[in-house]
Amino acid sequence: MVTNITNLGRSGLSDWLIQRVSAIILAVYAVFMVLYLLFHPGLDYATWSGLFSQTWMRIFSLLAFISIAAHAWVGLWTVSTDYLKQTGARFAFQAVVMLAIFVFLVWGVQVLWGA
Amino acid sequence: MSTLQISIYRYNPETDSVPYMQEFELDTQGRDIMVLNALEMIKQQDSSMAYRRSCREGVCGSDGMNMNGKNGLACVTPLSEVVKDNKLVLRPLPGLPVIRDLVVDMGVFYKQYESIQPYLQNDTTEPTMERLQSPEEREKLDGLYECILCACCSTACPSFWWNPDKFVGPAGLLQAYRFLADSRDTATRERLARLEDPFSLFRCRGIMNCVAVCPKGLNPTRAIGKIREMLLSNAT
Repeated sequence: MVTNITNLGRSGLSDWLIQRVSAIILAVYAVFMVLYLLFHPGLDYATWSGLFSQTWMRIFSLLAFISIAAHAWVGLWTVSTDYLKQTGARFAFQAVVMLAIFVFLVWGVQVLWGA
Repeated sequence: MSTLQISIYRYNPETDSVPYMQEFELDTQGRDIMVLNALEMIKQQDSSMAYRRSCREGVCGSDGMNMNGKNGLACVTPLSEVVKDNKLVLRPLPGLPVIRDLVVDMGVFYKQYESIQPYLQNDTTEPTMERLQSPEEREKLDGLYECILCACCSTACPSFWWNPDKFVGPAGLLQAYRFLADSRDTATRERLARLEDPFSLFRCRGIMNCVAVCPKGLNPTRAIGKIREMLLSNAT
């Protein structure tokens, strides 16, 4: 048993499950986006804005944002514990990643509900 | 038939400041001998060259080494299987400290093996004769008990290279599952609890290097998947 405090879930099992579930959500969102763009070749601002003014699309998008935040954190935390052996550098990297994810998530919420 | 060019990793910590590669030429007289036989012929040329060997038939697991980039047992690997362009490069198993030449310090590997408590644990009353298993229950141990702990798999695994002190590694995890799958073992819950953290088991990324090199044809990746399934069904 190895303990680790910077891993949010403190559990390899929950990290593993988060990674798989968030990957499915992101795949569905990506496929939806590609199909939407294919079916709207002459996409204008009004149509695009109309899509994101609907509540289901905002919920779907927020779900994808949270998934990418969780997925990126688990993945980059793993990368840092594999390759960054110096504690200070590893902690600094993790702090920067966490801050970036937090900023992007809040910003994403603002974009979705702000307009 | 030209002579075989063999390049061997040499390092003697008492005299060398850095490791170096030494070139040898070997006339195999056209025979397809095992890499270990070739090493023994080279030892006739230079008796200072060190490697481990014992049974010379793939049972003891002593002569695990890196042959032209791939881990394996020198005693059961014929030259025809590894030699390319008449060249053979022999290095110690990657990722472990080198004691001398092809001899590595397996301490961290054994420590991980020890961490999974590789012995039967049963807290029920002992029967007078023995703990019986049905043929079906015994069958579950096939593909698990055959491991000879040669360390070819764990030292081919990048996750083990980066975190040998935290990640149990394929060899240890195969044995962890060998005891989880044993109908006579009652410590399942405790065994699973020790593997649930982000490193011990879950550092496996499923790249299957372990499966590709195992000289016994075992499948640690499948065992790791089975442990994940057990953890998941216990926790959801």
